Amino acid sequence: MEMMDSGHWLPVAFTVLMGVAVLAYVVLDGYDLGVGILMADADDAQRDRMVASIGPFWDANETWLVLAVGLLLVAFPVAHGMILGALYLPVAAMLLGLILRGVSFEFRAKTEGVQRRWWNQAFIAGSLLAALAQGYMLGLYVLGLPQGPAAMAFGMLTGLCLAAGYAFIGAAWLILKTDGPLQAKAVVWARRTLGLAALGMVAVSVATPLASGRIAERWFALPELFLLAPVPLMAALLFGIVALALRGLPRADDRWSWVPFAGAVGIFVLGFHGLAYSFFPYVVPERLTVWEAASAPESLMIILVGAAVVLPLIAAYTLFVYRVFRGKATELRYD
Amino acid sequence: MEALTLARLQFAANITFHILFPTITIALGWLLLFFKLRFRATGESRWMEAYGFWVKVFALSFALGVVSGITMSFQFGTNWPGFMETVGNIAGPLLAYEVLTAFFLEATFVAIMLFGFRRVPDWVHTGATLLVAVGTTLSAFWILVLNSWMHTPAGFEMRDGVAHATDWLAIIFNPSMPYRLVHMLLASGLTAAFLVAGLSAWRWRRGDRSPGVLAALRTGVAVAAVLIPLQIVAGDLHGLNTLEHQPAKVAAMEGNWQTRPNVPLLLFAVPDEETRTNRFEIAVPGGASLILKHDTAGVVPGLDDFVGQHPPVAPVFYGFRIMVGVGLLMLLVSWAALWQLRGGREPRPWLLLALVGMTFSGWVATVAGWYVTEIGRQPWLVSGLLLTRDAAGAVPAASIGMTLAMYLILYAGLLAAYVAVLFRLAAKAGGAVGHRPVAAPLPVPAVG
Repeated sequence: MEMMDSGHWLPVAFTVLMGVAVLAYVVLDGYDLGVGILMADADDAQRDRMVASIGPFWDANETWLVLAVGLLLVAFPVAHGMILGALYLPVAAMLLGLILRGVSFEFRAKTEGVQRRWWNQAFIAGSLLAALAQGYMLGLYVLGLPQGPAAMAFGMLTGLCLAAGYAFIGAAWLILKTDGPLQAKAVVWARRTLGLAALGMVAVSVATPLASGRIAERWFALPELFLLAPVPLMAALLFGIVALALRGLPRADDRWSWVPFAGAVGIFVLGFHGLAYSFFPYVVPERLTVWEAASAPESLMIILVGAAVVLPLIAAYTLFVYRVFRGKATELRYD
Repeated sequence: MEALTLARLQFAANITFHILFPTITIALGWLLLFFKLRFRATGESRWMEAYGFWVKVFALSFALGVVSGITMSFQFGTNWPGFMETVGNIAGPLLAYEVLTAFFLEATFVAIMLFGFRRVPDWVHTGATLLVAVGTTLSAFWILVLNSWMHTPAGFEMRDGVAHATDWLAIIFNPSMPYRLVHMLLASGLTAAFLVAGLSAWRWRRGDRSPGVLAALRTGVAVAAVLIPLQIVAGDLHGLNTLEHQPAKVAAMEGNWQTRPNVPLLLFAVPDEETRTNRFEIAVPGGASLILKHDTAGVVPGLDDFVGQHPPVAPVFYGFRIMVGVGLLMLLVSWAALWQLRGGREPRPWLLLALVGMTFSGWVATVAGWYVTEIGRQPWLVSGLLLTRDAAGAVPAASIGMTLAMYLILYAGLLAAYVAVLFRLAAKAGGAVGHRPVAAPLPVPAVG
């Protein structure tokens, strides 16, 4: 009877919905932020092509962040204030980064010479700043939003690792969407960033149970330990497969160029599931559960109905756009 | 300065910067659709040329709107946690529907609209243009539903200090929503029309005789000339609606300190909150009573009915006069322009100069009007329900001040860059005239 109560299952449904939005954001905006970061190590012609590879997609990718924050705001208003209040400055830094890079997309395309170079720099700096800030927030969140130098140091580590993770999935995207010397360069970038991305996952995986006895218990009690073991093992396997694939890439016939990106998506999905398992049912770690933080069931129901109708539509036209712009990236033209 | 003041300044800065760009894109999306449909109907390249230029302006404005909009969505939580905690059950679904029905639609199809001309059949490209226009308008609809509800809340009940929805239709169609939505959509139409006319006039003045320039200029002038009388009527109706639901705001707009009959219409004055009187009044006797009560002897509520409960008078009073003043200029310039351009005449130098001067007049009127309505709601965040100061968070003043300074510098730089790039685009467009054949969409390259 308890389980049929909408006050019980609605917050869970929204947690899942929010999880989907965050995961979609991290994978989708992750690759285009990563491409932005990697532009630091590219020449002007390569930069144009790199931007062309993400130009048609970045805006919709970023919308997932708005949806995720919107759902947090809508479904768990108290948690929204608590989390964003504690992360005030990194949120501002992230917004600064997203603003800079979002406008640089347009400004760089409409200017030349020195100014175009400035906007390129703003694009790179904005992408990096947004990635670092998001990673920093992730670090503080898994520790339960504490203050102090130790937490800040850990946040900086996760910031660096998430930026590396984004650069890795960005490089994997470029392997898929480009060819020739740029593709070869992307393979090198992917090899370099793979290790740091792995380090980040290990760091978060170690820190999370250390920061919380409850989480440690969820992972290391029996039989959970064995039931959950596939998650890190599969992640390790994917890292291995990607590393192996990168050794043989790029190939003249372009076969297997999809493997690094598919592997990266798999790694992000697994890592996200690990985090989700650790924290559920808390929306603010160790302080506020999804049921304590949830809005009124009537309001949640209204959104759920809308989301059930609209999300498949969104998925359909998103796939349509990826289809329209499939294949290797070419110069972006307005006409 | 205390944290509350800084948080309010920050919100004002963010919303002021943000509103500039949707104000352009909402209507510019429909203008682009018009250009595209004219091209499909007539096959004349000037319409495609106009589309090609203005779609770039759209892309730039859209990007600035998106990034500043993301900032807004975070601001609710960082600076005003009390807002969602109190009215989240109502504001939440409205915001969620905006993201679900509008944001994804515009963000996805804008890619096809901008870069897809050669990759999709022409009707799909036109369809994408339509969907983007629908998306920006839907976005405006949801935001204005929420904003209007904050002015005239309806369809809810309070339980333990938290608003709960009881009637969604009453929430969506709250008493001020139709007026506010129409007023805002017309404001967007006027802003885009004057931008299009002004920038085209600038190109013409520089000797750019591309056929698309004149087509866009005429379209902008015609749209402005039709919309401005509608806006004056809509504004008047909105004012009467405000008088009914938010009399303190109207009293501040009119600078009317006492409830009385025969209230004059103040053309100009200097309201003084210390003495609660005006200085230097220039007035039309009985004017305000005539406009608000349709009778010069009508009794109009004054600020003395709301001591301690009314908004700061000066910004509302001046903002209203700036909005109305710019609106009257728009009427004058657009009708004069329509007259001068009649029968296919080319624009005269005086007209070009006037239109160039009015390029950003829509921004001035919109921001001034926005201040009237938003400052006019103070001290309430949600009328009669939640005071602005009760919604503020516990973030230290130093953090807010630091980020405020960051936003101000960033916004000033971006605004300067935006205007500079608009004119650079306009200058460059002339040089490329005739070199851009309008090609049929190419088949999708078979790669991958």
